Amino acid sequence: MKRIGLIIIVLVIASAFVTQQTKPQPGGLKAAVTRGKAVYEATCLACHQPDGLGVQSMNPPLSKTKWVLGDKKALIKIVLKGLQGGEIDIDGDKFHNPMPPQESTLSDQEIADVLTYIRNSFGNKASLVAVGEVKAMRAQLK
Amino acid sequence: MKKVLILACTVVFAAAAFGSDSTRVKSSSTGTVKRDEAPITLPKGFKSVVVASGLGKARHLTVAANGDIFVKLEKLKDGKGIIKLHDANGDGKADEITGFGNYTGTGIAIKNGYLYASNDNDVFRYKIDEKTGKVDTASEQKIVTGLLAQNQHNTKSLTLDNAGNIYVNIGAPSNCCQVQDRVKGSPGQDPCPILEKAGGIWQFKADKLNQSYAEGVRYATGLRNVVGLDWNTEVNQLYCMQHGRDQLFQFFPELFNQKQGAENPAEEMFRLTKGADCGWPYCYYDNDKQQKLLCPEYGGDRQKVDRCADKTKSIVQFPGHLAPNALLFYTGNQFPAKYKNGAFIAFHGSWNRAPEPQAGFFVVFVPFKDGMPSGKWEVFADGFSQLPKDATTGRAKYRPTGLAQGPDGSLYVSDDNNGTIWKVSYSK
Repeated sequence: MKRIGLIIIVLVIASAFVTQQTKPQPGGLKAAVTRGKAVYEATCLACHQPDGLGVQSMNPPLSKTKWVLGDKKALIKIVLKGLQGGEIDIDGDKFHNPMPPQESTLSDQEIADVLTYIRNSFGNKASLVAVGEVKAMRAQLK
Repeated sequence: MKKVLILACTVVFAAAAFGSDSTRVKSSSTGTVKRDEAPITLPKGFKSVVVASGLGKARHLTVAANGDIFVKLEKLKDGKGIIKLHDANGDGKADEITGFGNYTGTGIAIKNGYLYASNDNDVFRYKIDEKTGKVDTASEQKIVTGLLAQNQHNTKSLTLDNAGNIYVNIGAPSNCCQVQDRVKGSPGQDPCPILEKAGGIWQFKADKLNQSYAEGVRYATGLRNVVGLDWNTEVNQLYCMQHGRDQLFQFFPELFNQKQGAENPAEEMFRLTKGADCGWPYCYYDNDKQQKLLCPEYGGDRQKVDRCADKTKSIVQFPGHLAPNALLFYTGNQFPAKYKNGAFIAFHGSWNRAPEPQAGFFVVFVPFKDGMPSGKWEVFADGFSQLPKDATTGRAKYRPTGLAQGPDGSLYVSDDNNGTIWKVSYSK
């Protein structure tokens, strides 16, 4: 009886672990947002600012814009490969600073986390970005 | 295209009455009076009036001998890139707002019967009758053309001397000339190829058509980005304000802590002679060490001076990232004597101090004697941001960008967040 109990516990833990591995974001949305906030503060905040509203004519806002809330693939690509500056046009306002490519500085997990964070911060509400989506885009761009 | 657009005066009156920057309030003695809701703080004896607001991205401005104000816009307003403000009744407020020029830009100046204005590649000029403020828009000529503009630092400011020359800044499309711009760990290019066509101030003839690099002179180099520059007529020399490089803390946390990254490098004022090399991208001015040092991208460690020893030294240094967007040497007689021949500087305000509190968003004054600073800089006009002191969140409401002196010695300040223009005057 004791042994059966142990087996059940082991199975439950194992299955939980397997489920975790196949989830788009470990720990779900809340954990991803928490991890993403740390990535944002270390890598993105200097230009996009604590409120995510960017800097006039220089660094674009991340709030309520199609660039962040729209096509996830395009968004992942911007983070991986960066921008020259000038490509982003929001209501006729252009943003001139370059976006540095992050492909060599951030992992797939960190990019998934930070994009999940910005898509769910600064007044935004959108689906999370899964590690697999970043991994796929990185492979596609190789 | 070049036809002057007369906007209906009613629009102006409506804007004045209902615009976000002014409201009507009851006064017991006079009935309804207009109260200015874009107040700025000034030293005792000075007062300000809002000439116009809602112009959008109002960059530099200049004032004709008759008092008409010309503002260069970075975003077209009703299809126009240059706005003319005319005060018909002498209360300081614009009564007629008209526009011309279908291009955006920053630079604008009046000299010897011509109004000069720039977009990010070219400089144009128009005949102007300064007695009436009338601009002959059909007389448009392209003076300078084909200047480098690659997004970052692409605006072209301008000033003119008394010998028939125009000076145009060409900002470097880069932070510190790294192989990969703004990528942590990417080394600085050595020599920096950007300096051939940018990162300096070029001199052209004020009256020759279609000049480009071949006809111009690289008057000063090693300047990352200049927005504020002015010809000092007292000593006949060019002065400029450099925007210092960004991201010292983000890229070199082992050398700069968060606070040091916010305070460094200095925003610098240079007195330029032909051929001056101010050091960018190899050198920066360290506000803590109070000297020009080698940039970390070029092997600097906050100690090494190296090749920076023989670069042109700045004559005034300010805290980091304040973004000096205009420089004006005051030659008027309206302000008290201490202001004569001194420098006003409009600071646009910072962004690369985050997460430390942002700073700037003010106009400062530096007293001068014989073309050199004769005292410490002081804040002249403040209150533009409308943020509490040391706030780490919130957005500045107004951002000072341009300065101009009126024929009566008044000082004009522009803001490119809302497009507000203030007239500052003094009376005993």
